[in-house]
Amino acid sequence: MAILVIAEHDQVSLKGATLNTVTAAVEIARRSDAEVHLLVAGHNAGSAAQAAACIAGVTKVLHADAEPYAHGLAENIAAAVLAVAGHYSHILFPATAAGKNVAPRVAARLDVAQISEITRIIDVDTFERPIYAGNLIATVQSSDAIKLITVRSTGFDAAAQGGSAPIELVAVTSGSGASIFVSSEIARNERPELTAARVVVSGGRAMGSSAQFDAVLAPLADRLGAALGASRAAVDAGYAPNDWQVGQTGKIVAPALYIACGISGAIQHLAGMKDSQVIVAINKDPEAPIFGVADYGLEADLFVAVPELIRTLV
Amino acid sequence: MKILVSVKRVIDYNVKPRLKSDGSGVDLANVKMSMNPFDEIAIEEAVRLKERGQATEIVVVSCGVVQCQETLRTAMAIGADRAILIETTVELQPLAVAKLLKALVYREQPGLVILGKQAIDDDCNQTGQMLAAMADLPQATFASKVVIADGRALVTREVDGGLETLSVSLPAVVTTDLRLNEPRYVTLPNIMKAKKKVLEVLTPEALGVDVTPRLKTLKVSEPPRRSAGVKVPDVATLVDKLRNEAKVI
Repeated sequence: MAILVIAEHDQVSLKGATLNTVTAAVEIARRSDAEVHLLVAGHNAGSAAQAAACIAGVTKVLHADAEPYAHGLAENIAAAVLAVAGHYSHILFPATAAGKNVAPRVAARLDVAQISEITRIIDVDTFERPIYAGNLIATVQSSDAIKLITVRSTGFDAAAQGGSAPIELVAVTSGSGASIFVSSEIARNERPELTAARVVVSGGRAMGSSAQFDAVLAPLADRLGAALGASRAAVDAGYAPNDWQVGQTGKIVAPALYIACGISGAIQHLAGMKDSQVIVAINKDPEAPIFGVADYGLEADLFVAVPELIRTLV
Repeated sequence: MKILVSVKRVIDYNVKPRLKSDGSGVDLANVKMSMNPFDEIAIEEAVRLKERGQATEIVVVSCGVVQCQETLRTAMAIGADRAILIETTVELQPLAVAKLLKALVYREQPGLVILGKQAIDDDCNQTGQMLAAMADLPQATFASKVVIADGRALVTREVDGGLETLSVSLPAVVTTDLRLNEPRYVTLPNIMKAKKKVLEVLTPEALGVDVTPRLKTLKVSEPPRRSAGVKVPDVATLVDKLRNEAKVI
């Protein structure tokens, strides 16, 4: 039996989390001597399929191309997965907003339990996954014939390039029609994606306003080629957009360098960034809990320290 | 239009969960339990739709132990009209809960089902999507705005990188994200009123649903603890450490 990874893409290129999911699939495949296939379901998604074929470890790309797959509607993408699901022992989705939206539909139709957000593979049927916002780790074992899994990207490295898998066009399913895509507002910016960035610069309530975010933190992010993040308090106060939120109810990140500016370090925020390689905290409150997890703590007013940091980095 | 809302009883979000001494699971004895925060948002949204005259009745359901009645009473104090408890002592996993809710969808025939996007205990984020698939209903998950008009729901969803808007035909399943609304505080008069509302108790057997868990939890443990590093005196030292010690810039 082979292992299937569902690629996340924008029709043109693959989203980074796909690569981490492939790594998890390859790890399972190594234990069961299986192949790893990748499904690209999209519309005019030929270049995404080409990119998928170049991932090391992938032995075949299934390309389902039809209009109903254009906007990633859960009903239609789930149908595309179900059309091929019977051939696989494991089906893996990235644990992104898109993956989480579709995977449980497939699990329900297959009448199997879903194992959400795995961070480690113990065996072909046994996995570790965080519960209670990462405060605890559960080791769970599945007895279902098909293991339906979402993969937390911070738990696995990105798969390398260098593959040359064949691309096979597969039969497509029709759209449900009950669900219609209306519009999307995806913020366009030159910065890397928050969950895939090597460096993340994050601001808390101490930023004081969205203007200060732009004036103080954005130049530091630009200097470091970093993504911008925010604490829940900063997002709730309207200083930063919702999708910048790092934490239990936002994004889970694990960059090489995380710089927390004016973030106190509530449990809910720590849950989203504590697996970062190096954590820097800049905060004027010496008692801030963020210092308890920071590799380097700087007790200072961020409005003085951050501009100085930018100047020093020249 | 009737709205069905499901709520889960979980460890209060302010309480740090403790392990059982044998590492077999989380100790729930003498721990403060509350309604899952995302489910509170689901109830609030249903009540607002009713207040705007777009819903006629709100039925709230919970699956689990007898104490879930307290959670259901809270939901009725926020504004649900009646409650159903599907009572069982079996550990319920999302697949089983979705099957129970599907049975209720067939019985109650709601025009809209609203659920929290995930429970803050098992962090699964599955039940709403599973229910939608089983009951063959369209889904709009992670909602930050819901507008009902002309037999459809226009739902703004929080996705990676921004927002997306879908139009789904009713009946549909909607799951709530954090910023859909801010739930109201329950008032004493409403708590008293909620005590008089109807709370029906069913069982999985009566609904013909097999709730046997499919996943076995082998153990639960604490994650490796991150230790505090050093405090640096100034920006220059910080940059030096990042460059020469951590080598990340």
